Amino acid sequence: MAGKLLPFVEHAIKKPIWDCQMCGQCVLHSTGMTCPMTCPKTLRNGPCGGVRENGNCEVIPEMQCVWVKANKRAATMLGLPKSWREEISHMRPPVNNALNGESSWINLANGKDRETPAGWIGVSHHSDEDHS
Amino acid sequence: MTFRELVAQRTRPIVTAEFPSIAGGTLEKVKQEWDRLSSLVDAVNVTDNPAAHAYSSNVSVAIALQNLGADVIMQVVCRDKNRLAVQADIVGASMHGVSTICALTGDDVTAGDEPEARRVFDLDGPQLISVATGLSQGQFLSGRKVSDPKELLVGGVENPFAPPMQARIKRARMKVDAGAKFLQLQIGYQPELLEEFMAGIVANGTAKDAAIMPTVILTKAARALNFINDKVAGIHVPQIVIDRVANAEDQSEESYQLVRESAAHALSLPGVAGIHITDFRHDDAVARLVSDLQIGPFHQSLTKGIA
Repeated sequence: MAGKLLPFVEHAIKKPIWDCQMCGQCVLHSTGMTCPMTCPKTLRNGPCGGVRENGNCEVIPEMQCVWVKANKRAATMLGLPKSWREEISHMRPPVNNALNGESSWINLANGKDRETPAGWIGVSHHSDEDHS
Repeated sequence: MTFRELVAQRTRPIVTAEFPSIAGGTLEKVKQEWDRLSSLVDAVNVTDNPAAHAYSSNVSVAIALQNLGADVIMQVVCRDKNRLAVQADIVGASMHGVSTICALTGDDVTAGDEPEARRVFDLDGPQLISVATGLSQGQFLSGRKVSDPKELLVGGVENPFAPPMQARIKRARMKVDAGAKFLQLQIGYQPELLEEFMAGIVANGTAKDAAIMPTVILTKAARALNFINDKVAGIHVPQIVIDRVANAEDQSEESYQLVRESAAHALSLPGVAGIHITDFRHDDAVARLVSDLQIGPFHQSLTKGIA
């Protein structure tokens, strides 16, 4: 029952606020509460090289780049824990397309949203501090 | 020295160049273009449907160049192919000896001449670097083994000239943490932004862990700068730069001097390992630039001559 109802409830709440695309593996907390799936290229790890001088999107010139907005918010949004602010520069794994349309709340609870392919190595380490 | 050795040792300024796009024809065309560049550069970048226009594939041209003895950097973009296809391309090209990969997100389909095409972006640039590093270590993304894996040299790109600066400094770090050993930078006309970016990636160690190569683009006239400013995503050419060329008596010469100055400026910055050249002039300007600045293989021949 919850398996059918929750995606509906989640979408009803998250669509108006974040334009939620129901990827089923929500990373909003780590991206300044800005959904990376609303980037026309659905980039999960930062802005592409096409961002305009005014900070707007290469593809949709009248829209602010999702990652420009995400970085601003991660730095300035009130109430975000420090760990969430820092997580923006951590590598997010490729989207699991099999979870598309599912409730990320359920996938958070059962850990499915954090499963990665066996050969995914991500980064050697997360660097929040200087390497010098 | 090979590009791989130069990236690891950085004993002299490295020079790479973008190989001209090949739109069909025969391998003779590849040979002609390579003959023009072979003595001037350390390696050539083979593009992957540049600016979202279809061309002879990155894999086909990379193999052709490899067979001509070139040190090839095969660019792979995320726009046109899903994770299965890009892994197949990288592993397939490696069977032919193509072992240097430059991973890019890629321009959007709307930048090209088939804007109605489906955009893929199954992986993004940093993820592709990580996946290529995994292939080099002998496993596909699924975890399945690559037979007799070839050690790959994986690199990426970054654009110091597009906002947000601080996020890009961290993203450069992320790409190097994912296995990038070199980063080729987008072309830009605001030296102060390159300075800020380089200072940032020197401070976070990125420029120590990877060879950083800013790009210059050889053009002939103010018209070309206007085109770049208007049409190429993520590149802004300040009016003062366009005016400098537009008002010059000899636009071609002034265009060259502009590039020579920006290349010399880039090479003077701490953390810069070399220069990547894109040539829209198709004359002797690449030869002139590497000779004027004494960089790339020319540098080597100079030192040998003296010794």
